[in-house]
Amino acid sequence: MYPAAADLGDEAADKAADKAADKAADQAGHAAQDAARQARFDELIEADARIEPRDWMPDAYRKTLIRQIAQHAHSEIIGMQPEGNWLTRAPSLRRKAIAMAKVQDEAGHGLYLYSAAETLGASRDELLDALHAGRQKYSSIFNYPTLTWADMGAIGWLVDGAAIMNQVPLCRCSYGPYARAMVRVCKEESFHQRQGYEILYALSHGTPAQHDMAQDAVNRWWFPSLMMFGPPDADSSHTEQSMAWKIKRHTNDELRCKFVDMCVPQAEVLGLTLPDPELRWNAEAGHYDFAELDWDEFWAVVKGDGPCNRQRLSHRVSAHERGAWVREAAAAHAAKKADRDARAGAAA
Amino acid sequence: MSANTAESWPLFEVFVRARRGLSHNHVGSLHAPDAEMALRNARDVYTRRQEGISIWVVPSAAITASSPEEKDPFFDPAADKIYRHPTFYDVPSGVQM
Repeated sequence: MYPAAADLGDEAADKAADKAADKAADQAGHAAQDAARQARFDELIEADARIEPRDWMPDAYRKTLIRQIAQHAHSEIIGMQPEGNWLTRAPSLRRKAIAMAKVQDEAGHGLYLYSAAETLGASRDELLDALHAGRQKYSSIFNYPTLTWADMGAIGWLVDGAAIMNQVPLCRCSYGPYARAMVRVCKEESFHQRQGYEILYALSHGTPAQHDMAQDAVNRWWFPSLMMFGPPDADSSHTEQSMAWKIKRHTNDELRCKFVDMCVPQAEVLGLTLPDPELRWNAEAGHYDFAELDWDEFWAVVKGDGPCNRQRLSHRVSAHERGAWVREAAAAHAAKKADRDARAGAAA
Repeated sequence: MSANTAESWPLFEVFVRARRGLSHNHVGSLHAPDAEMALRNARDVYTRRQEGISIWVVPSAAITASSPEEKDPFFDPAADKIYRHPTFYDVPSGVQM
């Protein structure tokens, strides 16, 4: 391009200029490419299409999903503990078999969700480390203790009921793997809710002591269950963006209100009362009005000061550590078998 | 020690045949130390309610996929061959086909 006589000084300057121009062109190229990708992403979201793992997506979308799916997965895994407490104390073999199937489902739900989070580039180990170190949260509801058998009923009816209310719209979430995991989870959750309702119905129509036990469980689980929908819309930092991305389809308050409307008639059939003196039908709104929740309690539990936060986390970490030998043995067995198969292959 | 963790276990994609006459469908993925354990885990994770009568597990690393970025050029050649569809052809009215 240049005559051979061109001096080195100029050549170096030219090269530097060329490089700068290349870089600027590169950056402009990248910016143009990013803008095109962003436009394509926006188009898909707008059209209500699903985003799949290998599609381009904004970093913030990816981060939000990893945070939400991880928190969801952790909740399923930690959620085994309050019920695990009653596996050996179930009042009949029938109830015990059901409780075991339910706890096994919760483990399965955790696995579907961890897999979904991994499609976004998070690693299983990072996610577990973040849970164990307290960097990622799980649903605060699991930081309440299960004091009586009736709590198994209240958890199934209210906690799983609230979870279903949250999860059904997530089956239409814009991220494909999360939505598909939710379809499986929702199918399985409906048994959880019904078995809980059946436990409470049996107790409520049993002896006076059993009825009181059922009422006491509902009294303790009602408000924490309503808090499962998250802070009021005005204080929910993620809602607006998540709704724009169609990760979320309804606000926290909308879902909470729907849940209350569903529970009131169900409680009547149970013969139990909901522990809210302000609960009454508002004909104008077409919904039940209910008391303001104790958000100070909510935030205290979120921040680690619930009745069982430390116990749940330390049990989780210890279960992971105590399971290490199983993981080591399985890995050693796989390595030995692969080695043996390789040698057999070489001999043949 | 990373060798002890699930992370060092490879990822497998799981495919389930729901019943005779249907093909295997992708249902999700899981980590396992080897293919045999992956099959057992897949049974527990993905077929607790008789969702299948046959399972395939495939190491995720063994899958070669088309790239979503190339989607348009990759699939474009099919777009201008509408004569591959029966609706392209006029059939005289009254003919049953």
